[in-house]
Amino acid sequence: MLVYLLKRLLYALPIALSVTLVCFLLVHIAPGDPLNAVVPADAPAEVVNALKAAYGFDKPLPVQYVRWLGRALTGDLGTSVATGRPVADEVLSAVRNTILLAVIAAIIGFALGALLGGVAGYRHRGIVDRLATALSVVGVSVPHYWLGMVLTIIFSTRLNWLPAMGAGPGGSKEWLWDGEHIRYLVLPVATLMVIPLGIVTRTIRALVADTLSKDFVQALRAKGLSDRAVFLHVVKNVAPTALAVMGLQLGYLMGGSILVETVFAWPGSGFLLNTAIFQRDLPLLQGTILILCLIFVLLNLMVDVLQPLIDPRMRRS
Amino acid sequence: MRRLAPALAGLFLALGIVAQPAWAGGTLRIAMTASDIPLTTGQPDNGAEGYRFTGYTIYDALVNWDLSKADQPASLTPGLATSWSIDPKDNTRWIFNLRKGVTFHDGSAFNADAVVWNFEKVLNDQSPQFDAKQSGNVRGRFPGIKEVKKIDENTVSISTKAPDAWMPYELAWMFFSSPTQWEKLGKSWDKFAMQPSGTGPFKLTKLVPRELAQLEPNTAYWDKNRIPKTDKVILMPIPDPNTRTAALLSGQVDWIEAPAPDMIPNLKAQGMQITSNVYPHTWPYQFSFLEGSPWNDIRIRKAANLAVDREGLKQLLGGMMVGAEGMVTADHPWFGHPTFKVKYDPAEAKRLLKEAGYSKDHPIKAKILISASGSGQMLPLAMNEFIQQNLAEVGIALEFEVLEWQTLYANWRQGAKDPASRGGTATNVSFAWQDPMVAFYRFIHTSMIPPNGFNWGWYKDPESDALLDQARATFDPAKQDALLAKLHERQVDNATWLFIAHDVGPRALSPKVKGFVQARSWFQDLTPVSLDK
Repeated sequence: MLVYLLKRLLYALPIALSVTLVCFLLVHIAPGDPLNAVVPADAPAEVVNALKAAYGFDKPLPVQYVRWLGRALTGDLGTSVATGRPVADEVLSAVRNTILLAVIAAIIGFALGALLGGVAGYRHRGIVDRLATALSVVGVSVPHYWLGMVLTIIFSTRLNWLPAMGAGPGGSKEWLWDGEHIRYLVLPVATLMVIPLGIVTRTIRALVADTLSKDFVQALRAKGLSDRAVFLHVVKNVAPTALAVMGLQLGYLMGGSILVETVFAWPGSGFLLNTAIFQRDLPLLQGTILILCLIFVLLNLMVDVLQPLIDPRMRRS
Repeated sequence: MRRLAPALAGLFLALGIVAQPAWAGGTLRIAMTASDIPLTTGQPDNGAEGYRFTGYTIYDALVNWDLSKADQPASLTPGLATSWSIDPKDNTRWIFNLRKGVTFHDGSAFNADAVVWNFEKVLNDQSPQFDAKQSGNVRGRFPGIKEVKKIDENTVSISTKAPDAWMPYELAWMFFSSPTQWEKLGKSWDKFAMQPSGTGPFKLTKLVPRELAQLEPNTAYWDKNRIPKTDKVILMPIPDPNTRTAALLSGQVDWIEAPAPDMIPNLKAQGMQITSNVYPHTWPYQFSFLEGSPWNDIRIRKAANLAVDREGLKQLLGGMMVGAEGMVTADHPWFGHPTFKVKYDPAEAKRLLKEAGYSKDHPIKAKILISASGSGQMLPLAMNEFIQQNLAEVGIALEFEVLEWQTLYANWRQGAKDPASRGGTATNVSFAWQDPMVAFYRFIHTSMIPPNGFNWGWYKDPESDALLDQARATFDPAKQDALLAKLHERQVDNATWLFIAHDVGPRALSPKVKGFVQARSWFQDLTPVSLDK
């Protein structure tokens, strides 16, 4: 088990390093001048050149990459070109806001998905199955930014029940767990949870139906095991794959949806990415992508570690 | 829905999360188009929107814009300087008499030392208070300044490298931050951004980066007529137009900048006020005059100007534009009296093209660089396709090279000769024209051919150069305006560009908002605005 863990950890390192290289290169290949955000278009050439030197954009790309990586390893992601604030602070504050949305959307989406998928799998081809399948198809197919807009139109602009945007009346820094603040979560969470709900429902339904059709389930039943005991066997067989799917979904949610966070002006990592892209704020863009990719790698690592704990077959292999 | 609503209402009530009135009366909440709160240290970023909301609110310039009138173009007015004049013995030395008794928000005095200190902040990279960010935002606005000196406590001189009669316009971009506050905050501009101190009518009392900024009235403001009427102003960056609209309709904000044109009828139907006014913005095709460009033939340039149905274009934009008849609006002192009338006359356009050897069946081809979106670009795709149809009718076949906005913008300075222009013979970049430098000089003067300026199409006209040089060295405002009018007449008669549209800066306000006068400017005054409680 220890060897397995070490192997997984070692695999994660080159992946993380590749992530840094790819995100650095992608950001630099994109068109536009990195100083557009700070220099008016008619600034004299000497001002532009002085700023380029100050931010290190005058150096060759490999040199810029090595410098950036060296600093990133010490936790310094540089300074935002547009705001002058440290990138690490900006990203951490945004990721915290995104986690708030992602974790709640994941808990609700996964729980409902597991419930619906499980029931649908047990009632294969029944009415519940058909309803759950329809719901999961809708969840996976409906563009969530569109759903966000529709929910806003109904609950904010028509009924005036819920806020259309923002993270609390005083901003996310003054977040409190009371009704006044929680209502700001309702629409973005409802929008975000639809995709994981659909995917988890579909996956669990298929896994449960497949497991129930296996010979060992017949054998268990023939041995006279109660439905509850059989159910526990089914759960154990379904859990590793379901966990992997949930891990990936949580990773996507943690990345923050650019579209959903923009629709709700939610100050999370997706909103930050959107801003960084439009302002050509390269240090901010690089820093945000890096942190999000590392979160993704970390979540996958956690799933890799958890799976063998649930599934003894993986430990043996 | 009717049955569902009470059930859902019950559910939300049970959870205690039904929307409540968000803020007390007297708090004006504004949704900006920017994606972050513009810089608050003195020289804002985010272009004109930054100057509008964290510039002219917290700060003053030596020379301010008079934003109190809606029926005439905004003009310069005394700000922190009560008067200014050129030194009679030296036409490269301006003298500014400072307003006495003005204090910064922290209570320290505004005086000649503060003026010199602030210019050092952006011009002298060896000074301890130098801030690269503020410098980058403003330095290009006054490239001609050589030296700023204190004459006495209330007088400063500003020397320029060459005679520069446009200095007062250039100084309207320069704001003054408190040296005392900067010292008090450990000489840190980052800390100053959170607790800024200017001389303006509003004080910043709270800043949550990327989320909100809160302004409160400066009751000690030097201009008693401009003490703000609101209790508070909350600025929120909401870049998505649909989100801004939803925020207004749901009562989360009272004022939104730039609603999408197709949302305006809906906003009106919901009782919102839609304000608009023409301002110094223009949306043209800037022609290339390089060899091989079809626009070298004046008949084709004039034909294109006569082929655009500006009224139709206005309808396309829900009425939110003014048809252009030149670079500046027809009622502006710089418009002059051109003999060529820019209007919709397809018959005359066809005649001119026939004379040049082209027709609808045998069109002349031209490639235009356009963007799909961008600040100030209005609705570029729809508008360009409309113009494409107009011009095709008379015998000009346009082909579009659609560039990403920042790429198009960067290409503006690279010029038509640059490979990045991909053979384009005109570029469609909108811009501000509130002073002679940004309105004319940077596009027309030969010295502004890339990479020095925005003479994208390599336009060379010695007579225009001479008029510009003369205007820049003419210190009498009326004579200067007359020279600029002559220059502008020449551009219209020459059909230097395809003159298409001026934006009208639409904004939507809740019916509660009172007292707003939309000035003909990129900037607006928030001080007379109040809210019905």
